[in-house]
Amino acid sequence: MGILEVKNVNKRFGGLKALSEVNLSIAENSVHAIIGPNGAGKSTLLNVLVGKLIPDTGSVLFDGQSVLGRTPYEINQMGISRVFQTPEIFGDLSVMENMMIACFAKRDGAFTMQAIGSMMKERDIVEKAEQMLDSMNLADKRGMHSASMSRGDKRRLEIAMCLAQEPRLLLLDEPTAGMARADTNNTIDLLKKIKQDRDITIAIIEHDMHVVFSLAERITVLAQGTPLVEDTPENIKGHPKVREAYLGETQVAA
Amino acid sequence: MLGLNRKDTAILLVVAALAIFAPIILNLFPARSELAFFNAGYPDLMQRFVIFGIFAIGFNILFGLTGYLSFGHAAFLGVGSYAAVWMFKLLNYNVVPAILLSIVVAGLFSVVIGWISLRRSGIYFSILTLAFAEMSYRLAYSVLTPLTNGETGLQVYTDDPQVLMQAGGHIVPHLFGLEMRAREVIDVGPWQFVFPVGYYLCAILMLVSFYISIRIFRSPFGLMLRAIKSNQTRMTYTGLNPKPYTLAAFVISGMYAGLAGGLLASMDPLAGAERMQWTASGEVVIMTILGGAGTLIGPILGAGTIKYLENVFSKMNEGLLHKWFAFLPDWVESPVIWVVSKFTGEGWHLMLGGLFMLVIIALPGGLVEGGQRIMRLFGRKPKAETRTSTEPAE
Ligand SMILES: Nc1ncnc2c1ncn2[C@@H]1O[C@H](COP(=O)(O)OP(=O)(O)O)[C@@H](O)[C@H]1O
Ligand SMILES: [Mg+2]
Repeated sequence: MGILEVKNVNKRFGGLKALSEVNLSIAENSVHAIIGPNGAGKSTLLNVLVGKLIPDTGSVLFDGQSVLGRTPYEINQMGISRVFQTPEIFGDLSVMENMMIACFAKRDGAFTMQAIGSMMKERDIVEKAEQMLDSMNLADKRGMHSASMSRGDKRRLEIAMCLAQEPRLLLLDEPTAGMARADTNNTIDLLKKIKQDRDITIAIIEHDMHVVFSLAERITVLAQGTPLVEDTPENIKGHPKVREAYLGETQVAA
Repeated sequence: MLGLNRKDTAILLVVAALAIFAPIILNLFPARSELAFFNAGYPDLMQRFVIFGIFAIGFNILFGLTGYLSFGHAAFLGVGSYAAVWMFKLLNYNVVPAILLSIVVAGLFSVVIGWISLRRSGIYFSILTLAFAEMSYRLAYSVLTPLTNGETGLQVYTDDPQVLMQAGGHIVPHLFGLEMRAREVIDVGPWQFVFPVGYYLCAILMLVSFYISIRIFRSPFGLMLRAIKSNQTRMTYTGLNPKPYTLAAFVISGMYAGLAGGLLASMDPLAGAERMQWTASGEVVIMTILGGAGTLIGPILGAGTIKYLENVFSKMNEGLLHKWFAFLPDWVESPVIWVVSKFTGEGWHLMLGGLFMLVIIALPGGLVEGGQRIMRLFGRKPKAETRTSTEPAE
């Protein structure tokens, strides 16, 4: 059984069937990509996984436990972290403060009242935050106002914050959308390194085939709210149904 | 010092020095000179400076850090005042139980109002708090008159129980025998300085309140409050529950307001519902923004500025204006006085509104930002605003 098991999930928006009979199993410690044309339901599926949307029917099990009916912060505390399509960070705060928040969330849970001691005296938090920044090459931006960073740096900070929580499943929604090729390649290398350094399962929604085929071990193709096929990258590339439904000859060649 | 880093210690010491020497600093002009009009070293006014300073410091913990704009905080101030006067009526005139109860009652009250209002955010939260405060104000005049004494206001009568009152005991508020209205008057040449007991009690509590607020700003809890203001989506997807954090900030600021209300009643043992009116809630919003929301010292500056200007402008009557503008030819003088009089005396709120607009448009960061700009003009680079700095602690 996979770390994440999605069974018979349906989700309607009014008359529109955004997800219909979705079944998906993501194996522990794998990199699993979910691809599909625009409007296929990829983001909707992701929102179901993190508790932002509740499906009409079906079940979602993470490590054997149902996530349905739990709030996003509870699901996060179970071990699922999410990277957004446009980076969501604490723009008003410094880079270091962003990191420290993630470290506090990991150490102290969803709520603890520590209103008197100075946060800079929490040595373990400060050290961990600094170490995470270091490993993401953000150490020199420590005191910077995070909103004024480049998009690539914001993305790396967001990923670093998710990793500081030591999640078992990392979900990424089009992490390279809107990036130049060089940045895209950097992100691929970064994700490869992340995978190498620790036990983590990565589920990635992606449009860019280059990214998908560089990273994924398994690929699920979603079309009109239903999984079309699930297979290894090699088989997906050659799959006639996929070519016809989604990829198009030229893109596969690239 | 006291667990603060060097910069915060400096700010605390400056505020302490200002508070301790306020009776001198605020009476710069000789007592009988023309300019004595601008003096502010009277017990009554100085007490208001620090009491409203406490109110604004607390409000800033909610509004400045989390960005939740409450339009009903005067309700907690009013509740605090009523609680204090009830202690005077039931026990005796000692201010200690009065102040303690005002904090506790305002805290309980804010748990309820906060718990309900925080189901919404943004403008809907503001409207809910406004509605609650307005309800409290109306109830104080109607259903709750047995508790509030309606329009007369709650006060102490000779037939009140006052169970701890001894024969010949103090008949005005006191701190274990030290009467709040007691004062030391010192004349130095033509200058006169007044050192009132009540003021110093309020000032000490203001300093304690300020110290606690600095600790909160620098704590993990304070960091979470700023995270709420910055990005609640990221916060929930980082496994944090914003609700209890916001409620805690709401209750803390409610307790600050209760303390301020208790002190108002301790300086003058009377509590009226007008303290809960929406204009009073709006005033603390203006104080905080004028000084600089989210900065440490801003609310104190804002409270001081507004209470000072209120005093000066509301004192200006037509007689005084005639004296000041006597040098103008008659045909200029009358229209000038006509215009100026609209902004002074009873009309001072017009002045306040104008000032507030000017600050919001020209200096959105308030007086603190203004100060920083001036420092930069003189070539000194002030460290990043208190708002976002993370200096290492010592
Ligand atoms: N909140 C919503 N309300 C109504 N329709 C929605 C909502 N979210 C998504 N949809 C619709 O559901 C379908 C799937 O959307 P989405 O999951 O965003 O696709 P993808 O991420 O694969 O591009 C689209 O037709 C979209 O318009
Ligand atoms: Mg999408």
